[in-house]
Amino acid sequence: MKLPSTKFGIGILAALIIAAVGIAAFFGLRDAPPASSPGTTAALPSGAKTLNLAYDADPVSLDLHEQLSGGTLQFSHMVCDPLIRWNQDLGFDARVASSWKRRNDTTVRFNLRQGVKFHSGREMTAKDVKFTFDRLKESEDFKGIFANFAEARVIDDHTIDLITDGPYPLVEHTATYIFPLDSEFYTGTDERGRDKGGIIKHGDSFASANISCTGPYTVSAREQGVKVVFDRFADYWDTDSPGNVDRIVFTPIKENPTRVAALLSGDIDFAAPIPPTDLERIDSSDTVDLVTMSGTRIITFQLNQERKPEFADVRVRQAIVHAINNAGIVEKIMKNFGTAAAQQSPKGYLGYNPALKPRYDLQKAKALMTEAGHADGFTVTMMAPNNRYVNDAKIAEAVAGMLAKINIRVDLTTMPKAQYWPKYDERAADILMIGWHSDTEDSANFSEFLTMTPDEETGYGQYNSGNYSNAEVDRLVLDSAKQTDAAERAKMLQRVEQILHDEAAFVPLHWQDRAWAARKGVHIDKIVNVMNFPYLGDLVMD
Amino acid sequence: MFAFLVRRLGQAVIVMLVISILSFSIQDELGDPLRELVGQSVSEAVRNELREEMGLNDPFLVQYWRFLRNAVQGDLGTSYFFKRPALEVIMDKLPATIDLVVAATFWILAFSIPVGVFAAIRPNHLFSKLAMGFSIVGISVPVFLTAIFLIYLFAVELGWLPSYGRGDTLIMFGDWETSLMTIDGLTHLLLPSISLASVILPLFVRIIRSEMMEVLESEYVKFAWAKGLKKRRIWMLHAFKNTLLPVITVGGVQLGIMVSYTILTETVFQWPGMGFMFLEAINRVDTPLIVAYLIVVGLIFVITNTVVDIIYGLVNPTVKLTGQQ
Repeated sequence: MKLPSTKFGIGILAALIIAAVGIAAFFGLRDAPPASSPGTTAALPSGAKTLNLAYDADPVSLDLHEQLSGGTLQFSHMVCDPLIRWNQDLGFDARVASSWKRRNDTTVRFNLRQGVKFHSGREMTAKDVKFTFDRLKESEDFKGIFANFAEARVIDDHTIDLITDGPYPLVEHTATYIFPLDSEFYTGTDERGRDKGGIIKHGDSFASANISCTGPYTVSAREQGVKVVFDRFADYWDTDSPGNVDRIVFTPIKENPTRVAALLSGDIDFAAPIPPTDLERIDSSDTVDLVTMSGTRIITFQLNQERKPEFADVRVRQAIVHAINNAGIVEKIMKNFGTAAAQQSPKGYLGYNPALKPRYDLQKAKALMTEAGHADGFTVTMMAPNNRYVNDAKIAEAVAGMLAKINIRVDLTTMPKAQYWPKYDERAADILMIGWHSDTEDSANFSEFLTMTPDEETGYGQYNSGNYSNAEVDRLVLDSAKQTDAAERAKMLQRVEQILHDEAAFVPLHWQDRAWAARKGVHIDKIVNVMNFPYLGDLVMD
Repeated sequence: MFAFLVRRLGQAVIVMLVISILSFSIQDELGDPLRELVGQSVSEAVRNELREEMGLNDPFLVQYWRFLRNAVQGDLGTSYFFKRPALEVIMDKLPATIDLVVAATFWILAFSIPVGVFAAIRPNHLFSKLAMGFSIVGISVPVFLTAIFLIYLFAVELGWLPSYGRGDTLIMFGDWETSLMTIDGLTHLLLPSISLASVILPLFVRIIRSEMMEVLESEYVKFAWAKGLKKRRIWMLHAFKNTLLPVITVGGVQLGIMVSYTILTETVFQWPGMGFMFLEAINRVDTPLIVAYLIVVGLIFVITNTVVDIIYGLVNPTVKLTGQQ
């Protein structure tokens, strides 16, 4: 046996490890700088308040106009301020615009606040608002929302008119998307020769890593997907804001159990979203407060009339809607974390039609099937995502089970959203699941995407996989976009909901609720809203 | 030795190539990256324009050739999400994963050897029976369940340890960021490393035990007993050393497998390493990052196996690395 060589090898290994540790201990011990750009975090004075925040995802970019998503908007409300913003009652509050007034059918004038400072130190003027408006019109993601707008016209330094192509009722709704950016900060080229204002989807841009805005917080450190540190902006214009949080450390925590555990163990002060399975546990906890609100995202199934001729028969569609016990799904699967729906518009929206109620009735469903000549039923394919909506796959399974009772045999496939959307685009199954939240917080948006006749030219009906088509619905929705009288408009949009209901254009399931939870003493109930952009600038912590 | 390393290098290149072809050919099945890059209301026409711009509509061979040409120059593509070179992103995340693997390896070495040896020497002792029972449980329970259980027990109920993340880190040797050198970092490391070790530790205990029992039955050990050598010397020097040979072989493979278990462990603990990054990349259909990760992990497998072969040669001189007699 050649023991010495082995001993020698192990000896060297051990010596190396000890040496490495020694060297590290001797030379290496210095603090790690926090991650990457921009900047570094400074130590806070004693008594400063730090909020540890966890959402399920962090913004993909610091560029507000790169991607229209919940994450981007949450971020926008932390670092920037819009002209006006939604309040908890779905009304509007003045922000960097101090007041606004409709001047005629196509013009709304916004008066801007004096003395609003950007993070760069510059004062905000109407020029910056115009710059932001023009940039939004160029963004692939946002230009759809601004499609009806012709221009932003600067009147003077603190007055700007938003001018629409024709009469347009949603100017205020749209103004909530205008977070004035520092036009000088984004003008010119950076040291790598890139246009500072460029919006680049795939790849690096100046704006995706740098930001100057007017909001309550600045980004002082960011490691994408791991951590973002926000510090209170010393020259924030809103000195009336009750907000008293000096620093926010935002960690995206994707896994529900981990996020909830971090909240319950006190490592996190404020967490969202909260999955239905943990609502009871959090509600009964002594250390954590739960805040829930009925939400605005409708979950539906669409019945493809082109793939499945049977679905062209309104009696079959009605039978399916009557066979699905959506109130039961809300109770059993969603643990009452939702509201059973019979239409697209949630309560509080202009188009919400109070007459429409969920219509589960198995006997009637069977009768309708017999009447349509399908007493023996038929076989259909169904697809649903399994990580996009709350309990999406379980809901699909339950619906498949309910349809079996009227002899519709469902061949169900569920898959992750990354694979689901390409399948959805192909219209790969007879019944497809889709959830929708209106970007404008307005009823017409649902129909424009989900129930208007699909049209490649105009883009309407882009997510109408059922190919449902009704000329009256199309006309009413288009007309409603020109109607600035709210009462008249409400009538039109409620009529749309009535028609969709009577024709069973789609299968409405429920509106998902929203839930947030925070350690006691963090008063989130005042700052959360149904759009899910918590106004963290106004957060009060004990 | 040199010839052996050169041959291994050649093998590594082939392995990398095969992995790149495989990962490249599955990327269409992973989903549409454009869906993750744009909002829901953006039309298919615009998405297709972007796809065209990014070269995603090109035929497979064109895309693959472009990838290879860049890869030879060390460019494995740019991550869609991080908007930085994929390799750079992975190298940023690597230290966190290495910390985790080192800590888990420490638990495995510290416990598997004494427990395994003891269970072989005293198979009927109560402790041995308990250890064997636990090891079956350990092998059977999936790592994410162990992890969630540990979080609930030690972070939520008892409040002794942090529930997620990496804690304070220190920089060693230029820019190697590690949690192993701070108290806060070590407390953060405790639960994830135990979870990770929990899948592999029981396996090692069982291998060491059964190999050791076999060796204890062999002729030369009986001869050593007959010769009247001391117990300790027989167990540790004669029996245990020969037990190690198969353990090293399996251990090398297991080290590689441990890298794949880091995907689950890191995800549950929100540990900012490359396993967590990989799962996120799959959810986001960040194909350049996915391909780069698979190639890097393939490389790690090749390297660990090479190192294992070299160590094997050191421990057992009858094995010749070059395969020549």
